[in-house]
Formats: sequence, C-alpha cells, structure tokens
Amino acid sequence: MTVSERIVVRRGVAVARRAGPVRRNARATPYLFMAPYLVFFGIFILLPALYGIWISLHDYDYLLPHKPWTGLHNYVQLFTPGSRDSGDFWNSMIATGIFTAASVPFLVVCPLGVALLLNRVFPGRTFFRAVFFAPYVLGVAVVGLLFRYILDPNVGLVNYYLDKLGISHDIPWTTALPWTWISLVGMTVWWTLGFNAIIYLAGLQDIPRDLYEAAELDGAGKWRTFMSVTVPGLRPVMLFVVTVTVLASANMFGQSYLVTQGGPGHSTRTAIMYIAETGLRQFRQGIAAAMSYILAIVLLIISVMNFRFFRQKERY
Amino acid sequence: MSAGTALDTRPSRDAVAPRRRNWSKLAHRAPFYLVLLVLTVIFVAPLVWMFLTSFKTKFDAIRLPLSWLPRPFTSEEYKPLMSTTAETPVIRWFINSLIAATAQSVLIVATSSAAAYALARMEFAGRRLVFGLVVGTLFVPSFVFLIPNFLIVNQFGWLDSLWSVIVPGVGNAFGVFFMRQFYLSLPMELEEAAVLDGANHWQIFTRVVLPLAKPALATLAVLAYLTNWNDFVWPVYVLFNPQHLTLPAGLASLQDAANINYPLVMAGAVIASVPVLVIFVLAQRHVIQSVARSGLKG
Repeated sequence: MTVSERIVVRRGVAVARRAGPVRRNARATPYLFMAPYLVFFGIFILLPALYGIWISLHDYDYLLPHKPWTGLHNYVQLFTPGSRDSGDFWNSMIATGIFTAASVPFLVVCPLGVALLLNRVFPGRTFFRAVFFAPYVLGVAVVGLLFRYILDPNVGLVNYYLDKLGISHDIPWTTALPWTWISLVGMTVWWTLGFNAIIYLAGLQDIPRDLYEAAELDGAGKWRTFMSVTVPGLRPVMLFVVTVTVLASANMFGQSYLVTQGGPGHSTRTAIMYIAETGLRQFRQGIAAAMSYILAIVLLIISVMNFRFFRQKERY
Repeated sequence: MSAGTALDTRPSRDAVAPRRRNWSKLAHRAPFYLVLLVLTVIFVAPLVWMFLTSFKTKFDAIRLPLSWLPRPFTSEEYKPLMSTTAETPVIRWFINSLIAATAQSVLIVATSSAAAYALARMEFAGRRLVFGLVVGTLFVPSFVFLIPNFLIVNQFGWLDSLWSVIVPGVGNAFGVFFMRQFYLSLPMELEEAAVLDGANHWQIFTRVVLPLAKPALATLAVLAYLTNWNDFVWPVYVLFNPQHLTLPAGLASLQDAANINYPLVMAGAVIASVPVLVIFVLAQRHVIQSVARSGLKG
C-alpha cells in the first residue's frame, strides 16, 4: 500500500467516524456513564432515606416475622412524657445538645486563631499546617483510646502533670460531671481543630489585599482591621464552618462510646448512641428510625436559623 | 534597574547592621514562635506518648512516676497483636481494613469519575433531576441511613461480612460532586479537538479526560481511603465476629475489658495510625487543598 493510499484510507475512516454522530451522541451514553454509580446510589442512599420513613411507621423488629403498621405511633410515643423511650431519648438529645453548644464555640474560635497564626510568611509554614491537621486523619477510635489513657484519673498524663504543678492530682476526667464534658470537648477540639483551621486559612487568603492596604491608609489599628476587614471577609467561610461543625457535633458518637461509655449514668450518652443502641442492639428499629428523623429535623431547623443569622448580618 | 540587581543590592544593605536587625526581628517575633511551639507540643505530644507507650510493659505503663521512655523497652505487646488466633487478632483487623478501604476507594473512584463526567459534560433528559438528587443527599445527615441500611445490608446477607463495610459507602454523593467540580474547571478545547478527530464520549473520557484528571482522582482515592479506614459507628454495629472486624471496631472491642491493658491498646492504635499518617504525609498537599477548597464553595 502506498502512502497516498494510506492517507485515503485514514481519511475514509475519519470521515466514516465523523459521519457517525449517532454513536457519539447516542441517547444511552450519559445513562451508561452514570449507571454503575446510580445502582449504588439508588440502593444505599436514595432507598434507605425513604425506607427509613416506612420503617418508622411500623413496630419493626427485623428478627420478627410480624411487623405491624402503627402509623405515627412511634413519633407520638417519643413526644409522650413517661413512655418507654421518651425520657431516655430526650436525655440523649440533651447530651448531644450540651456537647454541641460546648464544642462549637471552641471549634469556631480556636481554629480561627490558629489560621491567623499560620496566615503569614515564615519558614516551616507548610510543616506546621500539616502538624495541626494531622490528628484529623486519625480515626475517632485511635483518638478516643489515646485520650482515655491520657485522661485516666489514676495513671493519665494530664493528672500526673497537674499533680507535679501542685494544682490537683485526681480530677475524674472520665468518670464525673462536669469533667466528662470538658474531656469530650477538649479531645474533639484537639482532633478536629486542624480541619476548620485549614478552611479559615483558605478564606483568609481569599480576602483581597487592597482591603488591608486601604485600612492601613485609613490608619486603622490591628484590632480595627481585624473587625472591619477580616471578620466581614470571612463571613461566608464562617457560615460554612459553623454549619459543618454543628453537623459534626450532632453526629458525636465515638468519643462518648470510647472514653466515658455514655457515663456517668447516661449523662454523656448522645442521641446517635441511643438510636444505635435501640435500633441495632435491641432491634427496635421502628422507633429508632423515628428518633433519627426527629434529630434530623432539629438539625435542619438549626441550620436554617444559622443561615438566617449570617444573612441578616450581611445586610449591615 | 532590573529585578536581578534589585535582589543583588539587598544583602549589602542588610550588611550595614545585620546583628541588630536580626535580633530585633527575633525579639519582635518571639511571642509568635512561643505560641507556635506550645501548640506544636500540644498536638504532637499525645502521639509521641501513644507511640512510646506501645513499647512499654503493662506494669510500666501504670507505674508512678510516669516515664516517657519505656523502662525497659519491649515489643511484647505487639506479639499478641500479630497472631491471628489470639483474642485480639489485630493483624486480621488490619488486613480487613486494608481490603475494605482499598476496595471501596477503587469502587468510588471508578463509579464517581464516570457519573460525574456525564453530569459535567453531557446534555440529557433528567440531568438536573439526577444532579439535584445526588447533591441533595449530601445534606442528609449520615445517621438517617444507619437503621434502614442495616436492614438493606441484612437483606443482601452481608451482616458480619466485609461486604457491609465496602459496598454501601460507594453510593455516597461526595465523589460525584468532587469530580464534577474538577471536570468543570477543565478547559473544553482538548475535548473539542478530540471530537473533531472523531472520538466518541468513551474515548474522550478514557484517553483525554482521565489522564488530565489524575491528581483529582488520586485525591479522591486518598479521601475515600481515609474515610473508610477511620469509619467507626457503622462497622461497630454491622460486624460481630472478632475475626471479621475492621481496625476501629476491633480497637473499640479491646477497651471493653475492665482491666485495660494500655500498652496493648496503644500498640493497636499505632498500627491503625501508621498507614493513614504515611498516606497523609505523602498526599498532604492534595488533602489539605481539597479541604481548603470545600470552604470557599460553601
């Protein structure tokens, strides 16, 4: 075959291909690209989100053949004082609420401080950024067990050093209120501070430099500049941080499960712990599913309020 | 004056009073470095303590006064962890976690990269609906899926098996969202050129787009791996047999014992931490960048 013949053949192929837009834009193509993912999405995300509602309307125990339809009974039960679950459930909701209210302020303010610290040029900046982020890549299992040891009232590192400093020697970090909450919040700050700090850092670098220059020209001091340039510039990022942190705090499970086992009593048993215990240990899945929807709705309301709060501030 | 000469003049200008300048600079910066040092100690010390404790004897770990260095140094507590027949087959859990995280990560990258490509670059009926549904589920808190997915996994006969910690998470919308964002940031020209060359969607995807997407695919793989490796609530409740646990679920079972053996638990924690810390050190820039970017979108 000569060179020209080859070119003709190649052109022919190219023309043939180009003439076949049907194949290229075949109707099925996008669906075929999505099909594998959509199988998993449909079965393990979409289906359960709806199936859970169905379960919550039944007296559901997956080991029993009979799962009677009870309508809204499970929900009514949870709102009826003195019923089997309402007391424990709402106590667990309060535990989650205490944890969220106590940890969110620290997880919004401390990481901002760290981000401001890292938002300047100095040798080893990348290294320190990685150091502060590192705990976040460890799982809650590792962090929980590590802090259970460090906070052990008898042989823990924290009480050992407090004793050496002559402050106190037997603070019951893992066994008595309010110390249990301080422990759970403290270890959570240690664990996830880096995550929020990185988000703030990106937000800080996104604030236009000329705003700072303008503030300097106006003779604004450091504090004024922070309040009138940095804070407003960070508002969208802060909304994100608050939203994500509230959600993460409301999902709290591992820390209580590992460090305090929900104690003393059931004081640190969070909502997720109670839902999991009811649904996946006692196999009362109907009412457990109802609980998870109530928690989800409470979170939704908090998120909306959070958005409104930040929106409102934006107007001024 | 060129930039080069401007740079050249700097050392000589500093040379006039190098000492004073450096000292005052340092004094000015001292509080900054002090805060940095204290923070670093707070963040690193617990990890060092974990590492050193894992080489202590059970008695040494609870002997006062406490000591950072093992007295004596022993790898005794790693031995029961390495045996698959022991009550605490950490090496078994390690292998289970390795299989689960690898399999799920591969599945997520494979399915999400293709689905996201269709959503980013193809026109078809129902695109907005599909994208809306997928993104909408990102806002549903994960605990909502706990009870129904337990029942669905049970229907498949997957309770107490690795399938339960590999398959359901593949449906998570994050991968699709993440990859779509990446594809949208790619210039269209290369793909258009490929179309002119007569390539079909599949050829464009595999030969043009995926090679360009390597960094994004690697980042997604790492994030998916870390998430699966560290997942806690789900494996604690769907895996029962001590031989079938993943590392986090296994570690949790270690501390059920009333008389907790700290060096043993810390050795297990070290084994669970080392792989993720290594991955983090290697992919640090990409992991941190993807986290940083998530906030700017919000």
